[in-house]
Amino acid sequence: MAMRARDRIELVQGREAEAAARAEAARAAMALREITVSYGESPAVFSVDATFPRDSLVAIVGPNGAGKSTLLKAALGVVPRLSGTVTVFGTPLERARERVAYVPQRASVDWDFPTRVIDVVMMGLYRELGLLGLVRASHRERALACLARVGMTDFATRQIGQLSGGQQQRVFLARALAQGADLYLLDEPFAGVDAATEKAIIDVLKELKGEGRTVVCVHHDLATVADYFDRVLLINTRRIAEGPVAEVFTAENLQATYGGRLASAHIDQLRLSEQG
Amino acid sequence: MGAEFVQLSLTPILIGVLSAIACALPGNFLILRRQALIGDAISHVVLPGIVVAFLVTGSLASLPMLLGAAGAALVAVVLIETVRRLGRIEPGAAMGVVFTAMFAGGVLLLEQSDTSGVHLDVEHALMGNLESLIWFDATGWGSLLDPAALAGLPPELPRIALVAAVMTMLMLVLWRPLKLSTFDEGFAATLGLPVRLIGLGLVAASAVAAVAAFDAVGSIIVIAMFICPPATARLVTERLERQVAWSTVFAALSAVLGYVLAGYGPQWFGAINAVSAAGMIATVSGVILAIACLFAPHRRRVGQPMA
Repeated sequence: MAMRARDRIELVQGREAEAAARAEAARAAMALREITVSYGESPAVFSVDATFPRDSLVAIVGPNGAGKSTLLKAALGVVPRLSGTVTVFGTPLERARERVAYVPQRASVDWDFPTRVIDVVMMGLYRELGLLGLVRASHRERALACLARVGMTDFATRQIGQLSGGQQQRVFLARALAQGADLYLLDEPFAGVDAATEKAIIDVLKELKGEGRTVVCVHHDLATVADYFDRVLLINTRRIAEGPVAEVFTAENLQATYGGRLASAHIDQLRLSEQG
Repeated sequence: MGAEFVQLSLTPILIGVLSAIACALPGNFLILRRQALIGDAISHVVLPGIVVAFLVTGSLASLPMLLGAAGAALVAVVLIETVRRLGRIEPGAAMGVVFTAMFAGGVLLLEQSDTSGVHLDVEHALMGNLESLIWFDATGWGSLLDPAALAGLPPELPRIALVAAVMTMLMLVLWRPLKLSTFDEGFAATLGLPVRLIGLGLVAASAVAAVAAFDAVGSIIVIAMFICPPATARLVTERLERQVAWSTVFAALSAVLGYVLAGYGPQWFGAINAVSAAGMIATVSGVILAIACLFAPHRRRVGQPMA
Protein backbone atom coordinates (compact mmCIF):
# COMPACT_ATOMS: atom_id res chain seq x y z
CA MET A 1 0.00 0.00 0.00
CA ALA A 2 1.42 3.31 -1.03
CA MET A 3 1.77 5.93 1.65
CA ARG A 4 -0.08 9.12 1.17
CA ALA A 5 2.20 12.00 0.29
CA ARG A 6 1.32 14.00 3.40
CA ASP A 7 2.06 11.11 5.73
CA ARG A 8 5.36 10.59 4.04
CA ILE A 9 6.30 14.23 4.46
CA GLU A 10 5.35 14.12 8.15
CA LEU A 11 7.41 10.99 8.63
CA VAL A 12 10.43 12.59 7.02
CA GLN A 13 9.96 15.75 9.05
CA GLY A 14 9.69 13.66 12.22
CA ARG A 15 12.88 11.87 11.38
CA GLU A 16 14.60 15.14 10.68
CA ALA A 17 13.49 16.54 14.03
CA GLU A 18 14.73 13.39 15.73
CA ALA A 19 18.04 13.57 13.91
CA ALA A 20 18.38 17.25 14.81
CA ALA A 21 17.73 16.45 18.48
CA ARG A 22 20.32 13.68 18.34
CA ALA A 23 22.86 15.97 16.73
CA GLU A 24 22.19 18.62 19.37
CA ALA A 25 22.61 16.04 22.13
CA ALA A 26 25.89 14.91 20.60
CA ARG A 27 27.22 18.46 20.52
CA ALA A 28 26.07 19.28 24.05
CA ALA A 29 28.10 18.58 27.18
CA MET A 30 25.00 16.97 28.68
CA ALA A 31 21.55 16.29 27.32
CA LEU A 32 18.65 15.10 29.48
CA ARG A 33 15.54 13.65 27.84
CA GLU A 34 12.26 13.16 29.71
CA ILE A 35 13.86 12.60 33.11
CA THR A 36 11.32 11.49 35.73
CA VAL A 37 12.22 10.71 39.33
CA SER A 38 9.91 9.75 42.15
CA TYR A 39 10.72 9.20 45.81
CA GLY A 40 7.20 8.36 46.88
CA GLU A 41 3.82 8.67 45.26
CA SER A 42 4.23 12.00 43.52
CA PRO A 43 7.16 12.67 41.19
CA ALA A 44 10.01 14.93 42.36
CA VAL A 45 11.03 15.57 38.77
CA PHE A 46 8.60 15.04 35.91
CA SER A 47 9.64 14.53 32.31
CA VAL A 48 12.32 17.21 32.28
CA ASP A 49 14.27 17.91 29.11
CA ALA A 50 17.44 19.96 29.30
CA THR A 51 20.48 20.57 27.17
CA PHE A 52 23.67 22.03 28.60
CA PRO A 53 25.80 23.21 25.66
CA ARG A 54 29.58 22.95 25.84
CA ASP A 55 31.49 25.95 27.07
CA SER A 56 28.61 27.37 29.11
CA LEU A 57 27.88 28.33 32.71
CA VAL A 58 24.36 27.16 33.57
CA ALA A 59 22.17 27.83 36.61
CA ILE A 60 19.37 25.45 37.60
CA VAL A 61 16.85 27.65 39.40
CA GLY A 62 13.57 26.89 41.13
CA PRO A 63 11.84 26.99 44.53
CA ASN A 64 12.68 24.66 47.42
CA GLY A 65 11.54 21.13 46.70
CA ALA A 66 11.35 21.81 42.97
CA GLY A 67 13.62 18.86 42.22
CA LYS A 68 16.81 20.78 41.33
CA SER A 69 19.20 18.58 43.33
CA THR A 70 17.22 15.49 42.40
CA LEU A 71 17.59 16.31 38.71
CA LEU A 72 21.39 16.52 39.09
CA LYS A 73 21.55 13.29 41.07
CA ALA A 74 19.31 11.50 38.59
CA ALA A 75 21.42 12.76 35.70
CA LEU A 76 24.48 11.21 37.38
CA GLY A 77 22.76 8.01 38.44
CA VAL A 78 23.13 8.78 42.15
CA VAL A 79 19.37 8.35 42.51
CA PRO A 80 17.45 5.97 40.24
CA ARG A 81 15.22 7.52 37.59
CA LEU A 82 11.87 6.12 36.56
CA SER A 83 12.47 7.07 32.95
CA GLY A 84 14.58 9.23 30.70
CA THR A 85 17.95 9.16 29.03
CA VAL A 86 21.18 10.97 29.81
CA THR A 87 23.79 11.71 27.17
CA VAL A 88 27.20 13.09 28.10
CA PHE A 89 29.36 14.42 25.26
CA GLY A 90 27.30 12.35 22.85
CA THR A 91 27.71 9.03 24.68
CA PRO A 92 25.92 7.31 27.57
CA LEU A 93 27.11 8.47 31.01
CA GLU A 94 28.77 5.12 31.81
CA ARG A 95 31.28 5.66 29.00
CA ALA A 96 32.07 9.26 29.95
CA ARG A 97 32.26 9.18 33.74
CA GLU A 98 35.85 10.40 33.81
CA ARG A 99 34.73 13.57 31.99
CA VAL A 100 32.17 14.48 34.68
CA ALA A 101 32.83 15.92 38.15
CA TYR A 102 30.16 16.24 40.82
CA VAL A 103 30.13 18.49 43.88
CA PRO A 104 27.38 17.34 46.28
CA GLN A 105 25.73 19.62 48.80
CA ARG A 106 28.13 20.38 51.61
CA ALA A 107 25.64 19.22 54.24
CA SER A 108 25.36 15.77 52.62
CA VAL A 109 28.53 14.47 54.30
CA ASP A 110 29.76 14.14 57.87
CA TRP A 111 32.53 16.71 58.31
CA ASP A 112 33.60 15.06 61.56
CA PHE A 113 34.94 12.22 59.40
CA PRO A 114 38.55 11.45 60.40
CA THR A 115 40.42 12.68 57.35
CA ARG A 116 42.48 15.65 56.22
CA VAL A 117 41.82 18.29 53.58
CA ILE A 118 44.49 16.88 51.24
CA ASP A 119 42.98 13.38 51.53
CA VAL A 120 39.57 14.66 50.43
CA VAL A 121 41.12 16.36 47.39
CA MET A 122 43.00 13.13 46.58
CA MET A 123 39.62 11.38 46.39
CA GLY A 124 39.19 13.26 43.12
CA LEU A 125 42.05 11.16 41.73
CA TYR A 126 40.27 7.88 42.54
CA ARG A 127 39.63 6.81 38.97
CA GLU A 128 43.25 7.44 38.11
CA LEU A 129 44.68 5.66 41.15
CA GLY A 130 42.26 2.76 41.06
CA LEU A 131 42.06 0.14 43.76
CA LEU A 132 45.72 -0.27 44.62
CA GLY A 133 47.58 2.32 42.55
CA LEU A 134 50.50 3.97 44.26
CA VAL A 135 50.12 7.58 45.32
CA ARG A 136 53.08 9.37 43.78
CA ALA A 137 54.56 12.76 44.52
CA SER A 138 53.04 14.01 41.26
CA HIS A 139 49.53 13.13 42.50
CA ARG A 140 50.13 15.01 45.72
CA GLU A 141 51.42 18.02 43.81
CA ARG A 142 48.32 18.04 41.63
CA ALA A 143 46.07 17.90 44.68
CA LEU A 144 47.99 20.79 46.21
CA ALA A 145 47.69 22.78 42.97
CA CYS A 146 43.91 22.28 43.09
CA LEU A 147 43.86 23.49 46.69
CA ALA A 148 45.88 26.54 45.61
CA ARG A 149 43.27 27.35 42.95
CA VAL A 150 40.63 27.72 45.66
CA GLY A 151 43.02 29.47 48.07
CA MET A 152 43.23 26.62 50.59
CA THR A 153 46.90 25.63 50.40
CA ASP A 154 47.55 26.49 54.05
CA PHE A 155 44.84 24.08 55.20
CA ALA A 156 46.11 20.94 53.45
CA THR A 157 46.88 18.97 56.61
CA ARG A 158 43.92 20.17 58.69
CA GLN A 159 41.20 17.78 59.74
CA ILE A 160 38.14 18.70 57.66
CA GLY A 161 35.96 19.33 60.72
CA GLN A 162 38.15 22.30 61.66
CA LEU A 163 37.11 24.24 58.56
CA SER A 164 34.37 26.84 58.22
CA GLY A 165 31.45 26.17 55.91
CA GLY A 166 32.97 28.23 53.15
CA GLN A 167 36.32 26.49 53.46
CA GLN A 168 34.61 23.09 53.31
CA GLN A 169 32.86 24.14 50.11
CA ARG A 170 36.20 25.17 48.60
CA VAL A 171 37.70 21.78 49.49
CA PHE A 172 34.82 20.09 47.67
CA LEU A 173 35.46 22.27 44.64
CA ALA A 174 39.18 21.42 44.79
CA ARG A 175 38.30 17.72 44.79
CA ALA A 176 36.22 18.24 41.64
CA LEU A 177 39.11 20.18 40.04
CA ALA A 178 41.41 17.23 40.78
CA GLN A 179 39.12 15.08 38.63
CA GLY A 180 40.18 17.14 35.62
CA ALA A 181 36.70 16.83 34.12
CA ASP A 182 35.11 18.67 31.19
CA LEU A 183 31.66 18.93 32.80
CA TYR A 184 31.17 20.11 36.39
CA LEU A 185 27.86 19.64 38.18
CA LEU A 186 27.61 21.52 41.48
CA ASP A 187 24.76 21.28 43.97
CA GLU A 188 24.23 24.64 45.70
CA PRO A 189 27.93 25.63 45.81
CA PHE A 190 27.08 29.06 47.22
CA ALA A 191 24.78 27.90 50.02
CA GLY A 192 25.85 29.22 53.42
CA VAL A 193 29.30 30.43 52.36
CA ASP A 194 31.01 33.72 53.20
CA ALA A 195 31.43 36.50 50.62
CA ALA A 196 35.14 35.76 50.08
CA THR A 197 34.37 32.10 49.33
CA GLU A 198 31.55 33.03 46.97
CA LYS A 199 33.97 35.25 45.05
CA ALA A 200 36.67 32.55 45.03
CA ILE A 201 34.23 29.92 43.76
CA ILE A 202 32.66 31.99 40.99
CA ASP A 203 36.14 33.04 39.84
CA VAL A 204 37.16 29.40 39.49
CA LEU A 205 33.91 28.51 37.72
CA LYS A 206 34.42 31.34 35.22
CA GLU A 207 38.01 30.17 34.68
CA LEU A 208 36.69 26.68 33.92
CA LYS A 209 34.30 28.09 31.34
CA GLY A 210 37.19 30.12 29.95
CA GLU A 211 39.04 26.86 29.40
CA GLY A 212 36.11 25.58 27.31
CA ARG A 213 34.58 23.46 30.06
CA THR A 214 30.93 23.35 31.08
CA VAL A 215 29.65 24.21 34.55
CA VAL A 216 26.12 23.53 35.83
CA CYS A 217 25.08 24.80 39.27
CA VAL A 218 21.95 24.31 41.29
CA HIS A 219 21.50 27.91 42.40
CA HIS A 220 19.09 29.60 44.77
CA ASP A 221 20.10 33.25 44.79
CA LEU A 222 18.06 34.94 42.07
CA ALA A 223 19.94 38.21 42.57
CA THR A 224 23.21 36.79 41.23
CA VAL A 225 21.92 34.69 38.33
CA ALA A 226 22.48 37.40 35.72
CA ASP A 227 25.98 38.18 37.03
CA TYR A 228 27.27 34.65 37.33
CA PHE A 229 25.64 32.58 34.61
CA ASP A 230 25.05 32.73 30.89
CA ARG A 231 22.27 30.14 30.71
CA VAL A 232 19.45 29.20 33.05
CA LEU A 233 17.12 26.23 33.48
CA LEU A 234 13.97 27.09 35.42
CA ILE A 235 12.23 24.09 36.94
CA ASN A 236 9.46 23.35 39.35
CA THR A 237 9.10 19.57 39.12
CA ARG A 238 8.53 20.20 35.40
CA ARG A 239 10.69 22.27 33.14
CA ILE A 240 9.42 25.85 32.95
CA ALA A 241 11.97 27.39 30.61
CA GLU A 242 15.53 26.93 29.42
CA GLY A 243 17.93 29.10 27.48
CA PRO A 244 20.29 32.09 27.63
CA VAL A 245 19.75 34.23 30.73
CA ALA A 246 19.00 37.24 28.52
CA GLU A 247 16.03 35.47 26.94
CA VAL A 248 14.71 33.20 29.66
CA PHE A 249 15.29 34.93 33.00
CA THR A 250 12.16 37.06 32.76
CA ALA A 251 9.57 38.15 35.30
CA GLU A 252 6.95 36.10 33.51
CA ASN A 253 8.98 32.89 33.64
CA LEU A 254 9.94 33.46 37.28
CA GLN A 255 6.30 33.95 38.19
CA ALA A 256 5.52 30.69 36.42
CA THR A 257 8.35 28.92 38.29
CA TYR A 258 7.71 30.25 41.76
CA GLY A 259 3.95 30.82 41.53
CA GLY A 260 2.61 33.10 44.19
CA ARG A 261 5.62 32.45 46.39
CA LEU A 262 7.68 35.14 44.75
CA ALA A 263 6.24 38.58 45.45
CA SER A 264 6.14 40.90 42.45
CA ALA A 265 8.00 43.47 44.55
CA HIS A 266 10.84 40.96 44.84
CA ILE A 267 10.84 40.39 41.12
CA ASP A 268 11.08 44.14 40.53
CA GLN A 269 14.33 44.26 42.47
CA LEU A 270 15.99 41.63 40.32
CA ARG A 271 18.02 42.57 37.30
CA LEU A 272 15.87 40.82 34.80
CA SER A 273 16.31 40.52 31.09
CA GLU A 274 13.44 42.87 30.21
CA GLN A 275 15.09 45.75 32.00
CA GLY A 276 18.30 45.03 30.14
CA MET B 1 54.51 -20.46 84.85
CA GLY B 2 55.55 -21.05 81.19
CA ALA B 3 54.03 -24.45 80.60
CA GLU B 4 50.87 -23.74 82.54
CA PHE B 5 50.42 -20.41 80.77
CA VAL B 6 50.79 -21.94 77.31
CA GLN B 7 48.41 -24.76 78.17
CA LEU B 8 45.70 -22.79 79.95
CA SER B 9 45.87 -19.15 78.95
CA LEU B 10 47.68 -18.71 75.63
CA THR B 11 44.94 -20.01 73.32
CA PRO B 12 42.04 -18.24 75.09
CA ILE B 13 43.98 -14.97 74.99
CA LEU B 14 44.84 -15.42 71.30
CA ILE B 15 41.25 -16.30 70.45
CA GLY B 16 40.02 -13.32 72.43
CA VAL B 17 42.47 -10.97 70.70
CA LEU B 18 41.67 -12.27 67.20
CA SER B 19 37.90 -12.15 67.81
CA ALA B 20 38.20 -8.61 69.09
CA ILE B 21 40.24 -7.52 66.06
CA ALA B 22 37.96 -9.28 63.57
CA CYS B 23 34.97 -7.36 64.98
CA ALA B 24 36.75 -4.04 65.52
CA LEU B 25 37.95 -3.77 61.90
CA PRO B 26 34.50 -3.55 60.26
CA GLY B 27 33.25 -1.74 63.38
CA ASN B 28 35.32 1.31 62.36
CA PHE B 29 33.26 1.75 59.22
CA LEU B 30 29.93 0.83 60.81
CA ILE B 31 30.42 3.62 63.35
CA LEU B 32 31.30 6.20 60.70
CA ARG B 33 28.24 5.14 58.69
CA ARG B 34 26.01 5.57 61.74
CA GLN B 35 25.30 1.84 61.66
CA ALA B 36 27.05 0.92 64.89
CA LEU B 37 24.05 -1.02 66.16
CA ILE B 38 24.23 -3.43 63.26
CA GLY B 39 26.87 -5.36 65.17
CA ASP B 40 24.49 -5.61 68.09
CA ALA B 41 21.66 -6.60 65.77
CA ILE B 42 23.68 -9.28 63.97
CA SER B 43 24.83 -10.92 67.17
CA HIS B 44 21.22 -11.18 68.33
CA VAL B 45 19.80 -12.48 65.07
CA VAL B 46 22.56 -15.06 64.78
CA LEU B 47 21.40 -17.06 67.80
CA PRO B 48 18.20 -18.62 66.40
CA GLY B 49 20.02 -19.26 63.12
CA ILE B 50 22.78 -21.15 64.87
CA VAL B 51 20.35 -23.13 67.00
CA VAL B 52 18.29 -24.12 63.96
CA ALA B 53 21.45 -25.04 62.05
CA PHE B 54 22.52 -27.23 64.98
CA LEU B 55 19.11 -28.91 65.22
CA VAL B 56 19.15 -29.67 61.50
CA THR B 57 22.74 -30.89 61.17
CA GLY B 58 23.44 -32.02 64.71
CA SER B 59 26.90 -30.52 64.67
CA LEU B 60 28.62 -27.26 65.52
CA ALA B 61 30.76 -27.20 62.37
CA SER B 62 31.52 -23.78 60.90
CA LEU B 63 29.71 -24.03 57.60
CA PRO B 64 26.27 -25.00 58.89
CA MET B 65 26.61 -22.37 61.62
CA LEU B 66 27.44 -19.71 59.05
CA LEU B 67 24.60 -20.77 56.76
CA GLY B 68 22.19 -20.79 59.69
CA ALA B 69 23.31 -17.32 60.70
CA ALA B 70 23.02 -16.05 57.13
CA GLY B 71 19.53 -17.55 56.84
CA ALA B 72 18.51 -15.89 60.09
CA ALA B 73 19.86 -12.55 58.85
CA LEU B 74 17.78 -12.92 55.69
CA VAL B 75 14.66 -13.71 57.71
CA ALA B 76 15.41 -10.69 59.87
CA VAL B 77 15.67 -8.36 56.87
CA VAL B 78 12.34 -9.59 55.49
CA LEU B 79 10.67 -9.30 58.92
CA ILE B 80 12.00 -5.77 59.47
CA GLU B 81 10.68 -4.65 56.09
CA THR B 82 7.32 -6.29 56.83
CA VAL B 83 7.00 -4.76 60.29
CA ARG B 84 8.03 -1.38 58.96
CA ARG B 85 5.47 -1.41 56.15
CA LEU B 86 2.54 -3.03 57.92
CA GLY B 87 3.14 -1.22 61.20
CA ARG B 88 4.10 2.07 59.51
CA ILE B 89 6.86 2.68 62.06
CA GLU B 90 10.38 3.98 61.64
CA PRO B 91 13.12 1.52 60.60
CA GLY B 92 15.00 1.77 63.94
CA ALA B 93 11.97 0.64 65.89
CA ALA B 94 11.24 -2.14 63.44
CA MET B 95 14.84 -3.37 63.81
CA GLY B 96 14.65 -3.27 67.59
CA VAL B 97 11.46 -5.33 67.65
CA VAL B 98 12.70 -7.94 65.21
CA PHE B 99 16.16 -8.43 66.74
CA THR B 100 15.01 -8.80 70.32
CA ALA B 101 12.12 -11.06 69.28
CA MET B 102 14.41 -13.29 67.24
CA PHE B 103 16.98 -13.47 70.04
CA ALA B 104 14.24 -14.37 72.52
CA GLY B 105 12.96 -16.98 70.08
CA GLY B 106 16.47 -18.38 69.85
CA VAL B 107 16.72 -18.63 73.63
CA LEU B 108 13.38 -20.49 73.84
CA LEU B 109 14.40 -22.83 71.05
CA LEU B 110 17.69 -23.50 72.80
CA GLU B 111 16.03 -24.35 76.10
CA GLN B 112 13.52 -26.70 74.47
CA SER B 113 16.05 -28.64 72.43
CA ASP B 114 18.54 -31.25 73.57
CA THR B 115 21.94 -29.62 73.38
CA SER B 116 23.39 -31.32 76.41
CA GLY B 117 26.08 -33.04 74.33
CA VAL B 118 27.56 -29.82 72.99
CA HIS B 119 28.57 -26.39 74.12
CA LEU B 120 25.40 -24.64 73.13
CA ASP B 121 23.26 -23.05 75.81
CA VAL B 122 22.06 -19.61 76.74
CA GLU B 123 25.08 -18.85 78.89
CA HIS B 124 27.39 -19.93 76.08
CA ALA B 125 25.51 -17.75 73.61
CA LEU B 126 26.00 -14.71 75.81
CA MET B 127 29.47 -15.27 77.19
CA GLY B 128 31.07 -17.90 74.99
CA ASN B 129 33.39 -20.45 76.48
CA LEU B 130 36.71 -18.67 76.28
CA GLU B 131 38.11 -20.17 79.50
CA SER B 132 37.49 -23.71 78.29
CA LEU B 133 39.40 -23.31 75.02
CA ILE B 134 42.58 -24.68 76.50
CA TRP B 135 45.40 -26.43 74.68
CA PHE B 136 45.65 -29.86 76.31
CA ASP B 137 48.57 -31.05 74.21
CA ALA B 138 50.86 -28.16 75.11
CA THR B 139 53.76 -28.77 77.43
CA GLY B 140 55.42 -25.37 77.18
CA TRP B 141 56.50 -22.72 74.67
CA GLY B 142 58.28 -25.45 72.70
CA SER B 143 54.90 -26.88 71.72
CA LEU B 144 54.42 -23.97 69.34
CA LEU B 145 56.99 -25.69 67.10
CA ASP B 146 55.71 -29.22 67.65
CA PRO B 147 53.34 -30.35 64.85
CA ALA B 148 51.77 -33.06 67.00
CA ALA B 149 50.90 -30.59 69.74
CA LEU B 150 49.75 -27.97 67.23
CA ALA B 151 47.26 -30.49 65.82
CA GLY B 152 45.60 -30.48 69.22
CA LEU B 153 44.89 -26.74 69.17
CA PRO B 154 41.25 -25.89 69.79
CA PRO B 155 39.65 -25.56 66.32
CA GLU B 156 38.27 -22.14 67.27
CA LEU B 157 41.78 -20.67 67.06
CA PRO B 158 42.58 -21.40 63.39
CA ARG B 159 38.98 -20.55 62.48
CA ILE B 160 39.02 -17.08 64.03
CA ALA B 161 42.60 -16.53 62.84
CA LEU B 162 41.46 -17.18 59.28
CA VAL B 163 38.52 -14.79 59.64
CA ALA B 164 40.72 -12.07 61.15
CA ALA B 165 43.25 -12.54 58.34
CA VAL B 166 40.58 -12.39 55.63
CA MET B 167 39.07 -9.31 57.27
CA THR B 168 42.46 -7.59 57.30
CA MET B 169 43.11 -8.50 53.66
CA LEU B 170 39.70 -7.24 52.54
CA MET B 171 40.22 -4.01 54.39
CA LEU B 172 43.63 -3.44 52.79
CA VAL B 173 42.51 -4.27 49.25
CA LEU B 174 39.18 -2.42 49.39
CA TRP B 175 40.46 0.46 51.49
CA ARG B 176 39.93 3.23 48.94
CA PRO B 177 36.38 2.40 47.83
CA LEU B 178 35.40 1.67 51.42
CA LYS B 179 36.72 4.97 52.73
CA LEU B 180 35.38 6.98 49.80
CA SER B 181 31.87 5.55 49.88
CA THR B 182 31.72 5.85 53.67
CA PHE B 183 32.67 9.52 53.55
CA ASP B 184 30.66 10.61 50.50
CA GLU B 185 28.39 8.00 48.98
CA GLY B 186 26.90 10.33 46.37
CA PHE B 187 30.30 11.34 45.04
CA ALA B 188 31.48 7.72 45.07
CA ALA B 189 28.45 6.75 42.99
CA THR B 190 29.33 9.33 40.32
CA LEU B 191 32.76 7.70 39.98
CA GLY B 192 30.97 4.48 39.09
CA LEU B 193 31.61 2.76 42.42
CA PRO B 194 28.98 0.15 43.36
CA VAL B 195 28.09 1.94 46.59
CA ARG B 196 25.13 -0.28 47.52
CA LEU B 197 27.21 -3.40 47.02
CA ILE B 198 29.97 -1.93 49.19
CA GLY B 199 27.47 -1.16 51.96
CA LEU B 200 26.02 -4.65 51.73
CA GLY B 201 29.47 -6.21 51.63
CA LEU B 202 30.43 -4.38 54.80
CA VAL B 203 27.37 -5.71 56.61
CA ALA B 204 28.06 -9.20 55.27
CA ALA B 205 31.70 -9.04 56.40
CA SER B 206 30.52 -7.86 59.81
CA ALA B 207 28.15 -10.81 59.96
CA VAL B 208 30.97 -13.27 59.19
CA ALA B 209 33.12 -11.71 61.91
CA ALA B 210 30.21 -11.79 64.34
CA VAL B 211 29.41 -15.44 63.67
CA ALA B 212 33.03 -16.54 63.93
CA ALA B 213 33.60 -14.60 67.14
CA PHE B 214 30.18 -15.50 68.58
CA ASP B 215 31.11 -19.16 68.52
CA ALA B 216 34.21 -18.63 70.63
CA VAL B 217 33.50 -15.64 72.80
CA GLY B 218 29.73 -15.07 72.85
CA SER B 219 27.60 -12.12 71.91
CA ILE B 220 28.68 -9.79 74.74
CA ILE B 221 32.18 -9.45 73.31
CA VAL B 222 30.90 -9.20 69.75
CA ILE B 223 28.69 -6.24 70.63
CA ALA B 224 31.40 -4.51 72.66
CA MET B 225 34.17 -5.06 70.10
CA PHE B 226 32.19 -3.67 67.17
CA ILE B 227 31.85 -0.37 68.99
CA CYS B 228 34.29 0.26 71.84
CA PRO B 229 37.74 -0.09 70.21
CA PRO B 230 36.82 1.92 67.07
CA ALA B 231 35.07 4.60 69.13
CA THR B 232 38.13 4.83 71.40
CA ALA B 233 40.44 5.00 68.39
CA ARG B 234 38.37 7.82 66.86
CA LEU B 235 39.15 9.88 69.97
CA VAL B 236 42.92 9.55 69.71
CA THR B 237 43.41 10.45 66.04
CA GLU B 238 41.97 12.52 63.19
CA ARG B 239 42.93 10.14 60.40
CA LEU B 240 41.02 7.05 59.38
CA GLU B 241 44.19 5.05 58.60
CA ARG B 242 45.45 5.60 62.13
CA GLN B 243 42.00 5.12 63.64
CA VAL B 244 41.75 1.61 62.21
CA ALA B 245 45.29 0.78 63.38
CA TRP B 246 44.56 2.09 66.87
CA SER B 247 41.26 0.20 67.02
CA THR B 248 43.14 -3.11 66.64
CA VAL B 249 45.51 -2.03 69.41
CA PHE B 250 42.62 -1.21 71.74
CA ALA B 251 40.82 -4.43 70.79
CA ALA B 252 43.90 -6.51 71.62
CA LEU B 253 44.53 -4.56 74.80
CA SER B 254 40.94 -5.12 75.97
CA ALA B 255 41.16 -8.83 75.27
CA VAL B 256 44.48 -9.37 77.04
CA LEU B 257 43.77 -7.10 79.98
CA GLY B 258 40.21 -8.41 80.34
CA TYR B 259 41.30 -12.04 80.31
CA VAL B 260 44.06 -11.48 82.86
CA LEU B 261 41.82 -9.42 85.14
CA ALA B 262 39.05 -12.01 84.95
CA GLY B 263 41.42 -14.86 85.76
CA TYR B 264 43.63 -13.28 88.38
CA GLY B 265 41.83 -10.09 89.46
CA PRO B 266 39.42 -11.71 91.92
CA GLN B 267 42.36 -13.43 93.65
CA TRP B 268 44.01 -10.08 94.25
CA PHE B 269 40.90 -9.06 96.14
CA GLY B 270 40.79 -12.28 98.15
CA ALA B 271 38.03 -13.95 96.17
CA ILE B 272 38.48 -17.55 95.13
CA ASN B 273 36.65 -17.90 91.81
CA ALA B 274 37.57 -16.19 88.56
CA VAL B 275 34.89 -14.07 86.85
CA SER B 276 33.66 -14.42 83.26
CA ALA B 277 36.45 -13.50 80.84
CA ALA B 278 33.96 -12.37 78.19
CA GLY B 279 32.23 -10.06 80.63
CA MET B 280 35.54 -8.66 81.84
CA ILE B 281 36.91 -8.10 78.32
CA ALA B 282 33.78 -6.18 77.34
CA THR B 283 33.93 -4.18 80.57
CA VAL B 284 37.61 -3.33 80.05
CA SER B 285 36.88 -2.11 76.50
CA GLY B 286 34.19 0.15 77.94
CA VAL B 287 36.52 1.48 80.63
CA ILE B 288 39.21 2.22 78.02
CA LEU B 289 36.61 4.13 76.00
CA ALA B 290 35.57 6.10 79.10
CA ILE B 291 39.19 7.01 79.82
CA ALA B 292 39.64 8.12 76.20
CA CYS B 293 36.49 10.26 76.45
CA LEU B 294 38.03 12.10 79.39
CA PHE B 295 41.65 12.42 78.33
CA ALA B 296 42.13 11.69 74.60
CA PRO B 297 43.50 14.48 72.38
CA HIS B 298 40.67 14.51 69.82
CA ARG B 299 37.60 14.32 71.94
CA ARG B 300 34.56 15.18 69.87
CA ARG B 301 34.17 18.91 69.85
CA VAL B 302 30.47 18.73 70.49
CA GLY B 303 28.87 22.15 70.58
CA GLN B 304 32.09 23.97 69.83
CA PRO B 305 31.64 26.57 67.10
CA MET B 306 33.41 25.85 63.85
CA ALA B 307 36.55 27.92 63.36
